[in-house]
Amino acid sequence: MAAVPIEHGLVLAGLLFILGVVGVLVRRNVIFVLMSIEIMLNAAGLAFVTAGSRWQQADGQVMFLFILATAAAEVSVGLALVLQMNARFKSLDTDAASKMRG
Amino acid sequence: MNVVFYISGAIAVVATFMAISRANAIHGLLYMVLSLLSLAIVFFSLGAPFVAALEVVVYAGAIVVLILFVVMMLNLGPDNIRREARLIGRGVWVGPGILGVLMAAELVYILAGGASQPTGAGMVDPKQVGLALYGPYLIGVELASTLLLAGLIGAYHLGRRHQPGATSEEE
Repeated sequence: MAAVPIEHGLVLAGLLFILGVVGVLVRRNVIFVLMSIEIMLNAAGLAFVTAGSRWQQADGQVMFLFILATAAAEVSVGLALVLQMNARFKSLDTDAASKMRG
Repeated sequence: MNVVFYISGAIAVVATFMAISRANAIHGLLYMVLSLLSLAIVFFSLGAPFVAALEVVVYAGAIVVLILFVVMMLNLGPDNIRREARLIGRGVWVGPGILGVLMAAELVYILAGGASQPTGAGMVDPKQVGLALYGPYLIGVELASTLLLAGLIGAYHLGRRHQPGATSEEE
Protein backbone atom coordinates (compact mmCIF):
# COMPACT_ATOMS: atom_id res chain seq x y z
CA MET A 1 0.00 0.00 0.00
CA ALA A 2 1.74 3.14 -1.22
CA ALA A 3 1.07 5.97 1.19
CA VAL A 4 -0.22 9.40 0.24
CA PRO A 5 2.42 12.18 0.43
CA ILE A 6 1.84 14.47 3.41
CA GLU A 7 1.70 17.54 1.13
CA HIS A 8 -1.39 16.25 -0.64
CA GLY A 9 -3.25 15.85 2.63
CA LEU A 10 -2.19 19.34 3.71
CA VAL A 11 -3.20 20.85 0.34
CA LEU A 12 -6.64 19.23 0.68
CA ALA A 13 -6.95 20.66 4.21
CA GLY A 14 -5.87 24.09 2.93
CA LEU A 15 -8.34 24.03 0.05
CA LEU A 16 -11.22 23.13 2.37
CA PHE A 17 -10.17 25.86 4.81
CA ILE A 18 -10.02 28.44 1.99
CA LEU A 19 -13.49 27.37 0.83
CA GLY A 20 -14.69 27.97 4.39
CA VAL A 21 -13.11 31.45 4.43
CA VAL A 22 -14.70 32.30 1.06
CA GLY A 23 -18.04 31.09 2.43
CA VAL A 24 -17.79 33.39 5.45
CA LEU A 25 -16.84 36.33 3.21
CA VAL A 26 -19.55 35.77 0.59
CA ARG A 27 -22.60 34.64 2.53
CA ARG A 28 -24.79 36.93 4.62
CA ASN A 29 -27.13 34.22 5.89
CA VAL A 30 -26.14 33.24 9.45
CA ILE A 31 -26.83 29.54 8.82
CA PHE A 32 -24.30 29.48 5.96
CA VAL A 33 -21.76 31.42 8.02
CA LEU A 34 -22.07 28.76 10.75
CA MET A 35 -21.66 26.01 8.14
CA SER A 36 -18.54 27.69 6.77
CA ILE A 37 -17.07 27.86 10.27
CA GLU A 38 -17.73 24.13 10.65
CA ILE A 39 -15.95 23.54 7.33
CA MET A 40 -12.91 25.50 8.56
CA LEU A 41 -12.76 23.62 11.88
CA ASN A 42 -13.01 20.34 9.99
CA ALA A 43 -10.18 21.34 7.65
CA ALA A 44 -7.96 22.16 10.63
CA GLY A 45 -8.77 18.70 12.00
CA LEU A 46 -7.79 17.14 8.68
CA ALA A 47 -4.40 18.85 8.88
CA PHE A 48 -3.88 17.44 12.40
CA VAL A 49 -4.86 13.91 11.35
CA THR A 50 -2.57 14.08 8.29
CA ALA A 51 0.36 15.14 10.47
CA GLY A 52 -0.47 12.41 13.00
CA SER A 53 -0.51 9.89 10.17
CA ARG A 54 2.91 11.09 8.94
CA TRP A 55 4.58 10.27 12.27
CA GLN A 56 2.23 7.38 13.15
CA GLN A 57 1.32 9.02 16.45
CA ALA A 58 -2.10 9.23 18.11
CA ASP A 59 -1.68 12.94 19.00
CA GLY A 60 -3.19 14.14 15.73
CA GLN A 61 -6.37 12.19 16.34
CA VAL A 62 -6.53 13.41 19.95
CA MET A 63 -6.38 16.99 18.66
CA PHE A 64 -9.18 16.15 16.22
CA LEU A 65 -11.29 15.02 19.18
CA PHE A 66 -10.72 18.36 20.92
CA ILE A 67 -11.64 20.22 17.73
CA LEU A 68 -14.79 18.09 17.54
CA ALA A 69 -15.77 19.05 21.10
CA THR A 70 -15.15 22.72 20.32
CA ALA A 71 -17.23 22.51 17.14
CA ALA A 72 -20.11 20.85 18.99
CA ALA A 73 -20.14 23.50 21.73
CA GLU A 74 -19.79 26.30 19.18
CA VAL A 75 -22.63 25.08 16.98
CA SER A 76 -25.06 24.67 19.88
CA VAL A 77 -24.46 28.23 21.13
CA GLY A 78 -24.47 29.54 17.55
CA LEU A 79 -27.81 27.94 16.74
CA ALA A 80 -29.35 29.31 19.94
CA LEU A 81 -28.18 32.76 18.77
CA VAL A 82 -29.70 32.10 15.33
CA LEU A 83 -33.05 31.33 16.96
CA GLN A 84 -32.87 34.50 19.06
CA MET A 85 -31.93 36.54 15.99
CA ASN A 86 -34.84 35.16 14.01
CA ALA A 87 -37.22 35.92 16.88
CA ARG A 88 -36.01 39.52 17.25
CA PHE A 89 -35.27 40.69 13.72
CA LYS A 90 -37.42 38.25 11.70
CA SER A 91 -34.41 37.81 9.45
CA LEU A 92 -31.27 35.67 9.20
CA ASP A 93 -29.27 38.40 7.45
CA THR A 94 -26.12 39.32 9.39
CA ASP A 95 -26.69 42.97 8.47
CA ALA A 96 -29.95 42.95 10.44
CA ALA A 97 -27.96 42.54 13.67
CA SER A 98 -25.44 45.28 12.97
CA LYS A 99 -26.79 47.77 15.52
CA MET A 100 -25.81 47.59 19.18
CA ARG A 101 -28.05 48.80 21.96
CA GLY A 102 -25.89 50.44 24.59
CA MET B 1 -5.77 3.34 -0.97
CA ASN B 2 -4.11 6.23 -2.82
CA VAL B 3 -6.84 6.37 -5.45
CA VAL B 4 -9.49 6.36 -2.73
CA PHE B 5 -7.80 9.36 -1.09
CA TYR B 6 -7.70 11.43 -4.28
CA ILE B 7 -11.24 10.62 -5.43
CA SER B 8 -12.86 11.31 -2.08
CA GLY B 9 -10.70 14.41 -1.60
CA ALA B 10 -11.97 15.77 -4.93
CA ILE B 11 -15.56 14.93 -3.94
CA ALA B 12 -15.03 16.74 -0.62
CA VAL B 13 -13.78 19.93 -2.32
CA VAL B 14 -16.58 19.97 -4.92
CA ALA B 15 -19.29 19.19 -2.36
CA THR B 16 -17.96 21.88 0.00
CA PHE B 17 -18.08 24.44 -2.81
CA MET B 18 -21.64 23.40 -3.62
CA ALA B 19 -22.51 23.61 0.10
CA ILE B 20 -21.42 27.24 0.43
CA SER B 21 -22.94 28.36 -2.88
CA ARG B 22 -26.55 27.11 -2.62
CA ALA B 23 -29.44 29.50 -2.05
CA ASN B 24 -31.54 26.87 -0.29
CA ALA B 25 -30.13 26.06 3.17
CA ILE B 26 -31.39 22.46 3.06
CA HIS B 27 -29.56 21.79 -0.22
CA GLY B 28 -26.41 23.32 1.23
CA LEU B 29 -26.63 21.13 4.32
CA LEU B 30 -27.15 17.97 2.26
CA TYR B 31 -24.07 18.82 0.19
CA MET B 32 -22.22 19.34 3.46
CA VAL B 33 -23.21 15.84 4.62
CA LEU B 34 -21.73 14.51 1.36
CA SER B 35 -18.55 16.50 1.95
CA LEU B 36 -18.22 15.21 5.53
CA LEU B 37 -18.81 11.60 4.47
CA SER B 38 -16.14 11.80 1.77
CA LEU B 39 -13.81 13.43 4.30
CA ALA B 40 -14.45 10.43 6.56
CA ILE B 41 -13.18 8.21 3.72
CA VAL B 42 -10.12 10.48 3.47
CA PHE B 43 -9.47 9.93 7.18
CA PHE B 44 -9.84 6.19 6.72
CA SER B 45 -7.37 6.17 3.84
CA LEU B 46 -4.92 8.16 6.00
CA GLY B 47 -5.03 5.34 8.57
CA ALA B 48 -7.31 6.95 11.17
CA PRO B 49 -10.40 4.70 11.41
CA PHE B 50 -11.49 6.05 14.82
CA VAL B 51 -11.60 9.62 13.56
CA ALA B 52 -13.40 8.46 10.39
CA ALA B 53 -16.14 6.91 12.53
CA LEU B 54 -16.39 10.04 14.70
CA GLU B 55 -16.63 12.21 11.59
CA VAL B 56 -19.69 10.26 10.48
CA VAL B 57 -21.30 9.97 13.91
CA VAL B 58 -20.65 13.43 15.36
CA TYR B 59 -20.20 15.78 12.39
CA ALA B 60 -22.58 14.30 9.81
CA GLY B 61 -24.85 12.64 12.35
CA ALA B 62 -25.15 15.22 15.12
CA ILE B 63 -23.90 18.68 14.12
CA VAL B 64 -25.35 18.86 10.60
CA VAL B 65 -28.62 17.28 11.72
CA LEU B 66 -28.83 19.87 14.52
CA ILE B 67 -28.44 22.67 11.97
CA LEU B 68 -31.03 20.91 9.77
CA PHE B 69 -33.52 20.84 12.66
CA VAL B 70 -33.04 24.55 13.28
CA VAL B 71 -33.50 25.36 9.57
CA MET B 72 -36.73 23.36 9.54
CA MET B 73 -37.87 25.01 12.79
CA LEU B 74 -37.34 28.47 11.26
CA ASN B 75 -39.63 27.42 8.40
CA LEU B 76 -38.04 29.56 5.68
CA GLY B 77 -40.36 30.06 2.74
CA PRO B 78 -39.72 30.39 -1.00
CA ASP B 79 -39.48 34.20 -0.58
CA ASN B 80 -36.44 33.75 1.61
CA ILE B 81 -34.76 31.46 -0.93
CA ARG B 82 -35.40 33.92 -3.78
CA ARG B 83 -33.96 36.74 -1.69
CA GLU B 84 -30.93 34.60 -0.83
CA ALA B 85 -30.42 33.76 -4.51
CA ARG B 86 -30.36 37.49 -5.32
CA LEU B 87 -27.76 38.10 -2.59
CA ILE B 88 -25.30 35.55 -3.97
CA GLY B 89 -25.21 36.68 -7.59
CA ARG B 90 -22.00 36.60 -9.64
CA GLY B 91 -20.66 39.90 -8.31
CA VAL B 92 -20.12 38.96 -4.67
CA TRP B 93 -17.93 35.98 -5.59
CA VAL B 94 -15.27 38.03 -7.40
CA GLY B 95 -13.36 39.53 -4.47
CA PRO B 96 -13.34 36.52 -2.10
CA GLY B 97 -12.75 34.21 -5.10
CA ILE B 98 -9.61 36.06 -6.18
CA LEU B 99 -8.29 36.14 -2.59
CA GLY B 100 -9.06 32.45 -2.15
CA VAL B 101 -7.30 31.46 -5.38
CA LEU B 102 -4.26 33.56 -4.36
CA MET B 103 -4.13 31.88 -0.95
CA ALA B 104 -4.46 28.42 -2.51
CA ALA B 105 -1.71 29.18 -5.03
CA GLU B 106 0.63 30.36 -2.25
CA LEU B 107 -0.12 27.27 -0.21
CA VAL B 108 0.59 24.90 -3.12
CA TYR B 109 3.76 26.85 -3.98
CA ILE B 110 5.11 26.62 -0.42
CA LEU B 111 4.24 22.95 0.01
CA ALA B 112 5.63 22.03 -3.41
CA GLY B 113 8.98 23.60 -2.47
CA GLY B 114 9.80 21.11 0.30
CA ALA B 115 10.96 17.53 -0.07
CA SER B 116 8.09 15.07 -0.44
CA GLN B 117 7.44 12.94 2.62
CA PRO B 118 5.04 10.00 2.60
CA THR B 119 2.50 9.54 5.37
CA GLY B 120 2.86 6.37 7.39
CA ALA B 121 1.34 3.32 5.78
CA GLY B 122 0.04 1.77 8.99
CA MET B 123 -3.10 2.55 10.95
CA VAL B 124 -3.21 4.42 14.25
CA ASP B 125 -5.83 2.28 15.92
CA PRO B 126 -8.42 3.44 18.49
CA LYS B 127 -6.50 1.78 21.33
CA GLN B 128 -3.52 4.07 20.83
CA VAL B 129 -5.82 7.10 20.63
CA GLY B 130 -7.57 6.11 23.85
CA LEU B 131 -4.29 5.55 25.68
CA ALA B 132 -3.02 8.98 24.58
CA LEU B 133 -6.36 10.64 25.39
CA TYR B 134 -6.56 9.36 28.94
CA GLY B 135 -2.80 9.49 29.54
CA PRO B 136 -0.92 12.68 28.65
CA TYR B 137 -4.05 14.52 27.44
CA LEU B 138 -6.25 13.90 30.51
CA ILE B 139 -6.37 17.60 31.41
CA GLY B 140 -7.54 18.34 27.87
CA VAL B 141 -10.41 15.87 28.28
CA GLU B 142 -11.45 17.62 31.51
CA LEU B 143 -11.28 21.01 29.80
CA ALA B 144 -13.36 19.71 26.87
CA SER B 145 -16.02 18.46 29.29
CA THR B 146 -16.10 21.89 30.98
CA LEU B 147 -16.40 23.54 27.56
CA LEU B 148 -19.30 21.27 26.59
CA LEU B 149 -21.02 22.03 29.91
CA ALA B 150 -20.57 25.76 29.28
CA GLY B 151 -21.95 25.28 25.76
CA LEU B 152 -24.96 23.42 27.15
CA ILE B 153 -25.76 26.15 29.68
CA GLY B 154 -25.12 28.88 27.13
CA ALA B 155 -27.40 27.27 24.56
CA TYR B 156 -30.13 26.82 27.18
CA HIS B 157 -29.84 30.41 28.35
CA LEU B 158 -29.78 31.92 24.85
CA GLY B 159 -32.37 29.62 23.35
CA ARG B 160 -35.27 30.48 25.64
CA ARG B 161 -38.16 32.36 24.11
CA HIS B 162 -38.76 35.90 25.29
CA GLN B 163 -42.16 36.47 26.85
CA PRO B 164 -43.33 39.99 26.08
CA GLY B 165 -44.75 40.58 29.57
CA ALA B 166 -41.96 39.00 31.59
CA THR B 167 -39.87 41.22 33.85
CA SER B 168 -36.11 40.93 33.92
CA GLU B 169 -36.11 39.05 37.26
CA GLU B 170 -38.37 36.35 35.91
CA GLU B 171 -36.20 35.83 32.84
